[in-house]
Amino acid sequence: MSTPSPIRRGAPRFGDSARLLQQARIAGPMPWVIAIMIALTVMAAAAGLALNNIAGSARDEIAGGITVQIVEGAPIERDRQAERAVSYFSNREDVASVRRVPDEELSALLAPWLGDVGAAEDDGVPIPALVDVRLSGPVTAQRLRNMRDELLAQAPAARIDAQASWLGPVFDAVRSLQFLAIGLIALLALTSAAAVWLAARSALGSNRETIEVIHHLGGTDGQIAGIFQRSIAWDAALGGAAGLLLGLAAVFMLGQQFAGLGSGLVAGGGLGPLDWLAIAAIPVIGIVLAVITARLTVIAALRRMI
Amino acid sequence: MSDPESSIVQFANVGLRYGTDREVLSDISFTLYPGSFYFLTGASGAGKTSMLKLLYLAQRPSRGIISMFGEDVITLPRNCLPGVRRRIGVVFQDFRLVPHLSTFDNVALPLRISGMSEERLQKPVADMLEWVGLDHRSEARPETLSGGEQQRAAIARAVIARPEILVADEPTGNVDPEMAVKLLRLFEALNRLGTTVVVATHDVHLLRKVPDSLIMRLDKGKLSDPTGALRYPPKRDLPKRDLPSRDVPQRELPRK
Ligand SMILES: Nc1ncnc2c1ncn2[C@@H]1O[C@H](COP(=O)(O)OP(=O)(O)OP(=O)(O)O)[C@@H](O)[C@H]1O
Ligand SMILES: [Mg+2]
Repeated sequence: MSTPSPIRRGAPRFGDSARLLQQARIAGPMPWVIAIMIALTVMAAAAGLALNNIAGSARDEIAGGITVQIVEGAPIERDRQAERAVSYFSNREDVASVRRVPDEELSALLAPWLGDVGAAEDDGVPIPALVDVRLSGPVTAQRLRNMRDELLAQAPAARIDAQASWLGPVFDAVRSLQFLAIGLIALLALTSAAAVWLAARSALGSNRETIEVIHHLGGTDGQIAGIFQRSIAWDAALGGAAGLLLGLAAVFMLGQQFAGLGSGLVAGGGLGPLDWLAIAAIPVIGIVLAVITARLTVIAALRRMI
Repeated sequence: MSDPESSIVQFANVGLRYGTDREVLSDISFTLYPGSFYFLTGASGAGKTSMLKLLYLAQRPSRGIISMFGEDVITLPRNCLPGVRRRIGVVFQDFRLVPHLSTFDNVALPLRISGMSEERLQKPVADMLEWVGLDHRSEARPETLSGGEQQRAAIARAVIARPEILVADEPTGNVDPEMAVKLLRLFEALNRLGTTVVVATHDVHLLRKVPDSLIMRLDKGKLSDPTGALRYPPKRDLPKRDLPSRDVPQRELPRK
């Protein structure tokens, strides 16, 4: 008599295996649960990636950036000191660029807060002169202190700040938000896995009889798990697609609102092609996660039968 | 124990206990020969169902050795068991038809499990349904079948893949005597084609209906064999043909 050999995976699958499961698929809550999870994950991921881009572009922009303000009420003295500051920085070798921010630009920048400052100037609302300096290399505290001492000798009304230093707290906040997004995504993945696990177990329970029969008729664990995997994969694909659409809609709407702000900082938060690819991968990862969870659950339950 | 080569099932000192209770089966030793027809009798609670569960690999014994088809099925790796199960047909006492599948799909289930293509299984399943007189009910759900029809569907499913052993637990428990005899004729017909048949029943009248049958009796978990069948190989001529393969039957199936 021939030695019985294990029945390999990849061998028989059922023709229309879905019919073996009693559970109607769309009627179940499973696709909706998955859809919500995926939508939330998409939003969290989009937020995380956007924050990453904001932080990245802002960092590039202000690395080595110094702002010099000449706070001086008398316009002529202010202009004089501003020119001295410009020439001081122009003569340094470690300076990449120096630019005095023109007054028109400045008043345009301040207009939303102070009204038409250009006109108000004569009435004595003083606005400081601004000099934008870009150093080659990072701005260290030591460098800054040296430059401040030297500059004050020539332009006593100057106030010098590293742009990075006043943006520091913003960076910290952005970083915490990123951690928050990562934490959210991890939690959502965990919750999704738990939801799939529960769904697989309840499907297992309501189909216990069928499973036992297939088991006794010589169905392999792989075949039985396969039935569940395909059913859950379908649920997950459906839920994943719906969730992706929902999440993207929310992301686009938020994106429109931020774009409406017109803030330079947020403009750096646009999502690149790679980011969109990562977001599109979320439902796919969700499906894979659901299928693996379903398989492990079913196989574990089958192991209890001989 | 006699020549293991010619046996299809061997139990040696098999004991079974559920949990930590006393043994419901003790010191069970016997040999089944291919092509024979066995009845397993005994009072209610004697352990008939438990023994059949051991036979169709739904239960592991707590001690002893069980070999089937020349293989020690207790030490066989788990992934080899489906292969053994596919050589065993089971008629469950409660039929266990899959409720949301039609009669046709229920009967086709073993063939689909073994990976037969849809087009190849159409004819054997239709033939089998005709054989058990259910061809006009092939699209019906089990719940709409009468008790006897369900029983015949269960039997059709058990034999469709031409098992080498057919195990039936009280297959005539819920039907009238006339139907019981009719179903026995089905088993006999199968037996004549070479399938080893084991039927558990507490209906002693049934035993006389199959002349060449061998009788095992369970009494409080102990096995006795009033006909001596288990000590000696059966006297009657065994069918000379090969054991039926798991493929679709090429031979003509007898009419009901
Ligand atoms: N799963 C189980 N767990 C614990 N005890 C069980 C289990 N199955 C059966 N038993 C016990 O084992 C003994 C034998 O039961 P079994 O079902 O094998 O008897 P039986 O001969 O088939 O009876 P019947 O003719 O009534 O069907 C009984 O005492 C029963 O209570
Ligand atoms: Mg019983």
